[in-house]
Amino acid sequence: MTPLDVTTLHADLCGRTARQQREAVIRIALRACASLSILVSALIVLSLVREAWTFVSQVEWSALVEDGWFPRRGIYDIRTLLVGSLLVTAIAMVVAIPLGLGTAVFLAEYAPPLARRILKPALEVLAGIPSVVVGFFALTWISPEVVQRLRDGTPQSNVMAAAIGVGILTIPLVASISEDAMRAVPPSLREASYGMGARKLTTTVRVVIPAAVSGLVAAFIVAVSRAIGETMVVFIAAGATGGSLFTMDPFEPGQTMTAAMAAQAAGTDAVRGAALTFQSLFFVGLLLFLITLALNLMANRFVRRVRQQY
Amino acid sequence: MTGPVFDVHDLSVYYGQFRAVRDVKLQIFGNEITAFIGPSGCGKTTVLRCFNRMNDLIESARIEGTVEYHGVDLYDRAINPVEVRRRIGMVFQKPNPFPKSIYDNVAFGPRIAGMKGDMDEIVERSLRRAALWDEVKDRLKSSATGLSGGQQQRLCIARALAVDPEVILMDEPCSALDPIATGRIEDLMQEIKAEYTIVIVTHNMQQAARVSDRCAFFTTEVNELSDTRTGMLVEFDRTETMFSNPADERTENYVTGRFG
Amino acid sequence: MAAPMSRFAGCARQRDLRGRRIDLGGGLFRVVLLASLVASVGILAVLLVDVVNGGWSVLSTRLGDFLTGVLGSRPERSGVFQGIRGSLWIAIFTIVLAFPLGIGAALYLEEYAPRSRFARIVDVNIRNLAGVPSVVYGILGLAIFVKSLRGFTGGNTVMAAGITLAILVLPIVIITSAEAIRAVPASLREAGFGVGATRWEVIRHHVLPYAAPGILTGTVLALARALGEAAPLILVGATTGFLGGGPGSLVDLGQLTERFTALPIIITTWAGRPQEGFRALTAAAIVVLLVVVLVFNAAAILLRNRYEKKRR
Repeated sequence: MTPLDVTTLHADLCGRTARQQREAVIRIALRACASLSILVSALIVLSLVREAWTFVSQVEWSALVEDGWFPRRGIYDIRTLLVGSLLVTAIAMVVAIPLGLGTAVFLAEYAPPLARRILKPALEVLAGIPSVVVGFFALTWISPEVVQRLRDGTPQSNVMAAAIGVGILTIPLVASISEDAMRAVPPSLREASYGMGARKLTTTVRVVIPAAVSGLVAAFIVAVSRAIGETMVVFIAAGATGGSLFTMDPFEPGQTMTAAMAAQAAGTDAVRGAALTFQSLFFVGLLLFLITLALNLMANRFVRRVRQQY
Repeated sequence: MTGPVFDVHDLSVYYGQFRAVRDVKLQIFGNEITAFIGPSGCGKTTVLRCFNRMNDLIESARIEGTVEYHGVDLYDRAINPVEVRRRIGMVFQKPNPFPKSIYDNVAFGPRIAGMKGDMDEIVERSLRRAALWDEVKDRLKSSATGLSGGQQQRLCIARALAVDPEVILMDEPCSALDPIATGRIEDLMQEIKAEYTIVIVTHNMQQAARVSDRCAFFTTEVNELSDTRTGMLVEFDRTETMFSNPADERTENYVTGRFG
Repeated sequence: MAAPMSRFAGCARQRDLRGRRIDLGGGLFRVVLLASLVASVGILAVLLVDVVNGGWSVLSTRLGDFLTGVLGSRPERSGVFQGIRGSLWIAIFTIVLAFPLGIGAALYLEEYAPRSRFARIVDVNIRNLAGVPSVVYGILGLAIFVKSLRGFTGGNTVMAAGITLAILVLPIVIITSAEAIRAVPASLREAGFGVGATRWEVIRHHVLPYAAPGILTGTVLALARALGEAAPLILVGATTGFLGGGPGSLVDLGQLTERFTALPIIITTWAGRPQEGFRALTAAAIVVLLVVVLVFNAAAILLRNRYEKKRR
């Protein structure tokens, strides 16, 4: 080939066409889409920190230790909310973990394939029930049928009913993650156990569950994170939307961090009240964000450990 | 044809830190069938994929040395791999037709390349060249996945031919096929050799002896320090010479079946 | 003698091999597990039955009125029309904003820069965003779309709500789409590249069609999630009282910058009203919401299971 032909061929092979330009534009556009998520995170942090900082720098510290959370009156006892959230979460886990785990173990180890093929999708569909629905159920069924029977004189709006509702809401989540964790345990481990003459109960409890423990811990942490972040069930069923005294009694109305934020914003005019009422919303929001972020990072670490194992 | 189609100098291919094949030096000549032979893992496919920049698809892959196509350095920064692949087509080990109709499989390449001409004609021409037309002419709109393995591979060849390439690279095209289908493809290769340049990687020595004009024999050597194997070119010559009177003892051992 | 002895030994061995006839512990364990499954599904079933039961009086007697009526103080005359409208707008925003942006992000992460540091950072980021409580997204909506961008959205409007919820479901769309795209076999992409296609051409003609069922599943799940959320809407200022004006048309662009409400908000408000008639009304509204959300969820899951089976 003469040198001239080589040059022509080279130019052809470089091909500066509209097609190539289009590729470059598309690539930039798609990268922008991916970067959007980083923007969202930044905006969340920005929105929270900006107003929360105002709150922290201007609030009188006495208001923080006064009893109760009454933001419109300028009383911001954050302990009330923290304890409220903890109480709801603890009770919810008492409901969700045994039922969710039991369901998961049954589906992963004991259920015949046909049953599994129907039940697992059924659970996934039920996981989609909106929280307002469970909140209504907690207020109108759980409270009278269960809680008020447990202890007489309980008002209709109480923490216990809401907490049980949150637990019910979380069952499908626990079941799903736990079941995946157990299915990830290789069959060879089970076979080794059976091969030694162990029965199913022993194999499940002493081989499969320990092997799946990272995934189970991840399921637990995710459930806790979900329960702490749950708003509507508490908002509808636990009462105390105007504010709440510090209480550890689940048979009374109560507030969590999340419901407090919603209560703040609800009403005909967005956020009104004493000077720092608006900012207190963001303060609580920041706390909530940090807590759930920490939990999710922990859970991710456990999920990664599962992936590394197998 | 003056000069080789491909001229490879001191080619080494790395996946990250690992050198998969080293110091390859050979030429591919026009309108011939060149076979890369040798045991598994010695870099035949890796070198083949350098000819159409397919190694670009692997994140960690990079090369040292040069691969020249009619005098143009294929790995020059300014070169657009898309244009390279239009001229240098590939057929893969396991037939991989698109999950579309037979017609759309063949028409895809020409359409995106903006080729002028009647698409029906292009499709028919390609399918005829791939010796598949008679078998599918009445069901061009049916799904390609309904064809047999051998038919699918011929469809992949037709698809590669449709963009009017100069070179066709074949990576063990018959290894997933039965002997009859293999024979048909070998016949096909001989037929189209007059218009195309073909480079084929094959595990099957007898196939190389039957079909090729030149052979390149690869082997591996063990890297003692890292306990890995790096591929290398041992010998490159006309097929008759490689099989009857090879220069290197390793080549002789391989082609006479003493190992590999 | 050998024969009678071995027969005796044989019987003993048979007994050994059969083992304990009744495995009490194991059986009990199994029953406990089954009970937890039954309880889990059962509770949710009770919930559904109770809600349908509660709403039946309204749904069976005045379904049409209920769906086309507006919010009012008297339960016999109230309806969810404005809520349906609000929820419809939210669905539109989700489809128009979250789907293209989410699928685009997933494409970039899986096709253009799969193992880069950028992709890893974005991936961690998205997984964290997926775990952020919905009420915090409400705060984002309040601070940015209601307050800072008041000029653009008009404040406590359905536009602010729609954008907020689109952002909320964006991680779900990205994660499920990325999974679907990852499942596309490498051989398909290679075939496309081998014939001289550009990366976008391979994506558009081969990857996206192949991954479409999986992507669709993810988007339907995201939509169902967006329609069920209430907390962010409260934060963004959805109206819980009355909404002025009559029914009007179902959707028209003027509504974008007006006050709004949505089904989950109506449910929340009515749940808190002590009057007797509102209990049945709330249950009826819940049934409407559940029908939409559960049908979407079931459709998405069925779609995913069918296409997984086909592809195997």
